[in-house]
Amino acid sequence: MKTKRLLLGDEALALGAINGGLSGAYAYPGTPSTEILEFVQKDPVSRARGLHSHWSSNEKTAMEAALGMSYCGKRAITSMKHVGLNVAADPFVNSAMTGANGGLLVISADDPSMHSSQNEQDSRFYADFAMIPLLEPCNQQEAYDMARHGFSLSERCHIPVLVRMVTRLAHSRAVVECDAAPLPENDLHYPANPRQWVLMPAVSKERNRQLIKDQEQFRKESEESPFNRYEDGPDKRLGIIASGIAYNYLQEIFGGRVPFPVLKIGQYPLPLEAMRRLYDACDAMLVLEEGQPFIEKQVRGLLYHGKEIYGKLSGHVVRDGELNPDEVAAAMSALCADAAGLKLHGKREVSELVVPRPPALCQGCGHRDVYAAMNAALEKYSDAKVFGDIGCYTLGFLKPFNAIDSCVDMGASITMAKGAADAGQFPSLAIIGDSTFTHSGMTGLLDAINEDTNMVVVISDNLTTGMTGGQDSQGTGKLEQICIGLGADPAHVRTIDSLPRNVPDITALFEEEINHKGLSVIISRRECIQTARRHASAKNKAQSPKA
Amino acid sequence: MKTDIVLAGVGGQGILTIATILGAAALADNLYIKQAEVHGMSQRGGDVQSNLRIGSEPIHSDLIPLGGADLIVSLEPMEALRYLPFLSKNGWVVSSTLPFVNIDNYPEQEKLEGELLALGNVVAFDMEAAAKEVASARSSNLVLLGAASPFIDIPAEAIEKAIASVFGSKGEAIVNANIAAFRLGRTRAVEMAKI
Repeated sequence: MKTKRLLLGDEALALGAINGGLSGAYAYPGTPSTEILEFVQKDPVSRARGLHSHWSSNEKTAMEAALGMSYCGKRAITSMKHVGLNVAADPFVNSAMTGANGGLLVISADDPSMHSSQNEQDSRFYADFAMIPLLEPCNQQEAYDMARHGFSLSERCHIPVLVRMVTRLAHSRAVVECDAAPLPENDLHYPANPRQWVLMPAVSKERNRQLIKDQEQFRKESEESPFNRYEDGPDKRLGIIASGIAYNYLQEIFGGRVPFPVLKIGQYPLPLEAMRRLYDACDAMLVLEEGQPFIEKQVRGLLYHGKEIYGKLSGHVVRDGELNPDEVAAAMSALCADAAGLKLHGKREVSELVVPRPPALCQGCGHRDVYAAMNAALEKYSDAKVFGDIGCYTLGFLKPFNAIDSCVDMGASITMAKGAADAGQFPSLAIIGDSTFTHSGMTGLLDAINEDTNMVVVISDNLTTGMTGGQDSQGTGKLEQICIGLGADPAHVRTIDSLPRNVPDITALFEEEINHKGLSVIISRRECIQTARRHASAKNKAQSPKA
Repeated sequence: MKTDIVLAGVGGQGILTIATILGAAALADNLYIKQAEVHGMSQRGGDVQSNLRIGSEPIHSDLIPLGGADLIVSLEPMEALRYLPFLSKNGWVVSSTLPFVNIDNYPEQEKLEGELLALGNVVAFDMEAAAKEVASARSSNLVLLGAASPFIDIPAEAIEKAIASVFGSKGEAIVNANIAAFRLGRTRAVEMAKI
């Protein structure tokens, strides 16, 4: 029995995992991956089974917890945005060495076009680097189906499996056929070879040789995978490799009837036999892939002298930003304008009246008051530097505040302010949100505390993970204790409410702590206006009598 | 049938609710749907859009090609114009004329309205004012959905059913207000477009 549901790509993947016998999900919020864990938190089967779905402090702790669950034989997922995999890279790469016991899916959601990210890194390189299999769904149905397939693959090959999502699939809804009944969870059972989980050099050397040997099995799995498909076509001038959602755009521009042979890719390592078949059958090849030229690079090699390979490296497909039907159509027109059935539309010009409308901090947001006070306090210094971080408050870079000088990665505000202070920078300030602080700021703060670095750390605490939609923040109610516990001087851990009427007081506090020779922490606090509204309306609903 | 719609507005205006309702109606009608939306940073008062594709045949791309949209449906006049390159030759624009001004260099309202009306295939009126006639300003997006509905190949009754199911948990009064807003929008559009 199947039921039809309208689901986001993220939700389809989460439901596929739950119906595939999931026991625990671990994640830190990050666009476009957040909805995966949110779905597990709300799903009735997940709730009835009591599946783990609490947010983790960061992607590294999430990945390690999922690996621990896999060690005990249960099926686990960990989900994160692409740059989150950098944070989890240590346990991720080493999980290829330990292998998996219970099915383990590591889900990384890439953000080509950088809708809400600082780079366009392509997670497929991580799978290649760690030498593990990778699944890349092309649509919501595949996202659902791949979860169960991925669990079996992981258990069959005793290896974690990376699942690569991209923004357009993560945040697009479609009708998905779902199983009516979920699989049971695995019973707790330990690895057949427990030695393999202790990565001391002697063990690792042995295990590394096995992992290299296993590559052949992973490739065979790809050759036989239902997600890799050779579709023949009459026009042999071009053979097209289309991976992930690039396949959809190719289908779109030909109205579902592509005249060329197509190799659709959804599982890696690449199916070598199928690729050879395509190469032999056609005069030239075109590679369509969302993200960086991962497949194209492998097909070409450095000193390649064979048939023409077109793609991002050859300049036929745009190299930055996400693909769309128009980019794929442009590549096709340049290569084979007379291809049968190619659909091209004329387009209108955009009106000259239209101007950009950049995002901004909400009216009533406490970050506004912090920036207003900070700017006032720093007015008298011509060379003040403020190191920013990742969150809504990154918008402090834009008008009207123009308040931050850097935004690099989670937690970098504190450590960069420290390095700048070490270099002689004064005043040197860091501004970081509460959730980013507990994600990756605490360790950097310890460094600054140990040297009593002359800098000011501002924790703009809105009691939530705001930018991703208001998920629980792991340090809520504990920030002062954390800072003092790490060794900060309690006299210079100052707390104030971020309210418009307090701006003069916050300004004075900034001035005082900038003048303190040594480390200061200012915790400026006010609940996020978005979550405050939601809490108020939930409270009203709870209090109003039922009709 | 196939209807490709670009839904546009400013973060927080409620265009995703329109997508949710049409999605529910299309699902109940056993149609194929793809609906790409925007999450994350741009939701904070920036321009937002959603591509909604509904059809009786499978839909390949989550994104609508340039020049391929049958409809632009917008809660804001400048945002309606932003997506014109996506509109097909015979496509329609359904938009509120009430500007949402949160930037310094917002264009002159008269010029904006002039350009919108010059498109020909357009239904444009102040949706917030209309919403206040039968419900409250918060139902502006339902007026917009009503105004767009004559151009979408899903029966009005099916959309009303979807409105009732989407707002069901909020009580009968809210369902009725939203259905009234939907009907007013639909009536206005039929009058204005002479269809």
